[in-house]
Amino acid sequence: MSTANMHEANPELIARFPDIHPPFDRDSAITEANRCLYCFDAPCVAACPTHIDVPRFIKKIAQGNLRGSALTILDANILAASCSRVCPVDVLCEGACVYHRYNKQPIEIGRLQRYAMDAFYQNGPALTQKIAPQHAGRVACIGAGPASLAFAAELRQRGFAVTIFESKALPGGLNTYGVAEYKLRASDSLREIELIRSLGVEFQFGSEINSETKLAQMEKDYDFIFLGIGLGAMHTLKISGENLHGVVDALKFIEGYKTGGKLSVGRRVVVIGAGNTAIDAARAAARLGAEEVQILYRRDEPSMSAFQFEYEHAKEEGVKFRWWTQPVAILASQNHAGIEAIQCSRVQPDSNGSLQEIPNSRFQIDCDIVIPAIGQSPLLEFLHACRGVRTENGRIAVERTTGQTSHPKYFAGGDCVNGGREVVDAVADGKRTALAVAKLLEQAHV
Amino acid sequence: MSERIVSPNISVNFAGISSPNPFWLASAPPTNCGEQVMRAFDAGWGGAVWKTIGDPITNVSSRYSSVDWNGQRMMGLNNIELISDRPLEVNLREIAVVKKRYPRQAVIASLMVESKREAWHTIVQQSEDAGADGLELNFGCPHGMSERGMGSAVGQVPDYAEMITTWVKEKARTPVLVKLTPNITDIRTVARAAKRGGADGLSAINTINSITGIDLDTLIPRPNVDGKSSHGGYCGPAVKPIALNMVQQVQSDPEARLPLSGIGGISDWRDAVEFILLGCGSVQVCTAVMHYGYRIVEDMADGLSNWMREKGFAKISDFQSLSLTRVQDWKHLNLNYKIVAQIHEEKCIGCQLCYTACWDGAHQCIHMDRVGTSNSHHATPAMREAVSKQSIAMTPIPKLDRATSGNGKEPYPTPLARIPRVDEAECVGCNLCSLVCPVDGCITMEQVDAHLAPQSWEQRTGNSSKPARKCD
Repeated sequence: MSTANMHEANPELIARFPDIHPPFDRDSAITEANRCLYCFDAPCVAACPTHIDVPRFIKKIAQGNLRGSALTILDANILAASCSRVCPVDVLCEGACVYHRYNKQPIEIGRLQRYAMDAFYQNGPALTQKIAPQHAGRVACIGAGPASLAFAAELRQRGFAVTIFESKALPGGLNTYGVAEYKLRASDSLREIELIRSLGVEFQFGSEINSETKLAQMEKDYDFIFLGIGLGAMHTLKISGENLHGVVDALKFIEGYKTGGKLSVGRRVVVIGAGNTAIDAARAAARLGAEEVQILYRRDEPSMSAFQFEYEHAKEEGVKFRWWTQPVAILASQNHAGIEAIQCSRVQPDSNGSLQEIPNSRFQIDCDIVIPAIGQSPLLEFLHACRGVRTENGRIAVERTTGQTSHPKYFAGGDCVNGGREVVDAVADGKRTALAVAKLLEQAHV
Repeated sequence: MSERIVSPNISVNFAGISSPNPFWLASAPPTNCGEQVMRAFDAGWGGAVWKTIGDPITNVSSRYSSVDWNGQRMMGLNNIELISDRPLEVNLREIAVVKKRYPRQAVIASLMVESKREAWHTIVQQSEDAGADGLELNFGCPHGMSERGMGSAVGQVPDYAEMITTWVKEKARTPVLVKLTPNITDIRTVARAAKRGGADGLSAINTINSITGIDLDTLIPRPNVDGKSSHGGYCGPAVKPIALNMVQQVQSDPEARLPLSGIGGISDWRDAVEFILLGCGSVQVCTAVMHYGYRIVEDMADGLSNWMREKGFAKISDFQSLSLTRVQDWKHLNLNYKIVAQIHEEKCIGCQLCYTACWDGAHQCIHMDRVGTSNSHHATPAMREAVSKQSIAMTPIPKLDRATSGNGKEPYPTPLARIPRVDEAECVGCNLCSLVCPVDGCITMEQVDAHLAPQSWEQRTGNSSKPARKCD
């Protein structure tokens, strides 16, 4: 499947990846909306990084004002459709719902938001009334992921010209290429970005900004540059055999099946790591036909970084977890066409907490595919070296309320600043930064 | 109370009509035919006031419309159906069959004919010959029939009501009840007329004139009859408070007071108890049955019995009218009684509905100032929201957020910063916060000793004729 086809939902993917949270119908949405207490200064609003006015949009659903509801949501979060599907609502809005302290189920805010957003996109999305008159002032974004998209949409609506430079063929970053298909379809991500394009945001695809000359030119052409570059390639295992055919990192694996790569995996799949991406990959492998999917993690259940609900979902799907297990080597198959097993050892923490291999604990797990999912490494050294954009612990250091980096022409947001969080965090960063940049542009041009 | 009530007696004798319990079906679609009434008696209803009989009419379709509220159906119901559309002989024959099979239950014939003495004499005779235990004169129907000089056209003119009651009493051998319309300035005027005319009892209230709503696509009010609508009669839970007030008015007026069968939004045993506490001797139900069916009577009887046992009432008359004298004119209320709101922090869930209600709807004496600087005391709701919007929140990711959370020492389940505080010195004791609070018992109204003897407005001004002003 070519990338152009990603604008259409792929029927096979739909069959293999049914919606994790089926949408509300009208009656169930209104019933749920009516449960909302309409809290004042509501904790769900505070918990949402983009501060969507949750009680307000829910009340509008209850009153049958669906367009008003969607615009209330979009006013805070331009990627509200994808956020309604991918947000870990248990630890955000729904986690903050006062009903937790009242022996009642929290309001299903995520599904209600999706209900309003689905209606918005079905009825011909339009945000025309928000666009301000055109001002002088030009801004560039590097990377077309959620942070840049939110940043660009906000500035565009305030009347400034924004161009997004993206090395890939399609916009959206992980929203398009990296989110599990049962949470968010690539076609839905692209539909949402179409709305941003319709505001007048320019996109330049296939344009990698990878030289000092290009950056210097960009600084001349634009008033400000927003870095929405996300994180870099996934960490490697640094064990023998990891370059064999049959070893594919989790993001490439997910991107592969989302962009129409082969829709089948081996019979036995081993995923290494216990973060949310590892779980996405493991669940995808199960849905793509693997008979046995195991997750290896060098520590135990309480230490894993996956959200609890992701862990539960994976177990329901039959994914097995092996704790205190560390990969040692990946073994090629006899004909060297692929792999046949992964060698592991059992580990335990010593008195300092660092992991030590347990003697004589090595064992093998037969497998056809190994999927490392042990986090992404940052891609910032280059920027730091040539433009002096300061980094801290592998993240771009910014002034929190404005997103401004140590180089006054550069702003940044999303994973490259926060170390790798959620879409909604990237959107919040992008929008907050856009407001700060708009102020500077107004001082300079308006 | 020391006396143990093993099984309370919930039977009643209402103006000479006895029934095994005080729950009667009101004259309406649930009592349209004998087959229905018999099923209702099987379900446990103590009596039924038959769908009004008279000269058969022709009905329209559609006939009903309702008001939903916050996702709940039929908070109020409106109808434009007229009296029985079945031949008089059929109704009379079925009354006879029902009475024969169900001698213990009360069957009351509801009557409406043109305002002629002969016509009333005839139908009274026919109903009693069929075996009706009593007669209810429908002076209340507010739609359709009133345009033909019947129903509320009679009930709105005391002289007419008295005259027809007198005609009926000339003939009747069974108890005669007059059903009152609420669509009148003072319901007591017609109640007094009925009493003067010799009525044995009253029923109140009939439905209230209403237009329930308009279809916003077609712009046609509901119910839609071929593009037009007509005002109907409103009933259901929404009208209960109006009915209770009218019941109280009638029962507190010596010239009007008679055995009263309470009607208006009664849906469960609690509603029924309230009507009886204000003096009713039986209650009539329609909308709740139209919504859920005859089966609801089971819990009405069960709930009533359990409540009576708990309270130590052996029979209905033991608590009948007990709340009647608790309703007084405003001028007799104690001006020196003082209560203030108290928020029970351990129950508070932090919704802050009391805060916004007090600021915008009451007296600005609930504050969000348990945490923070002293000047936060007078921050308006809008100022608070603006501060929240400026806050920066992030998805919590444990491995990225080492040691950034708070100290975790909160005295209550809800963070202290979200629990409102009542300024008791400023609180006027209006109840609003406790009414909007979604948690039972979280906000209570506590009495404060004002160290003043009780004093009413009448006592304070020494003038009982000057009207007190109540401003809404």
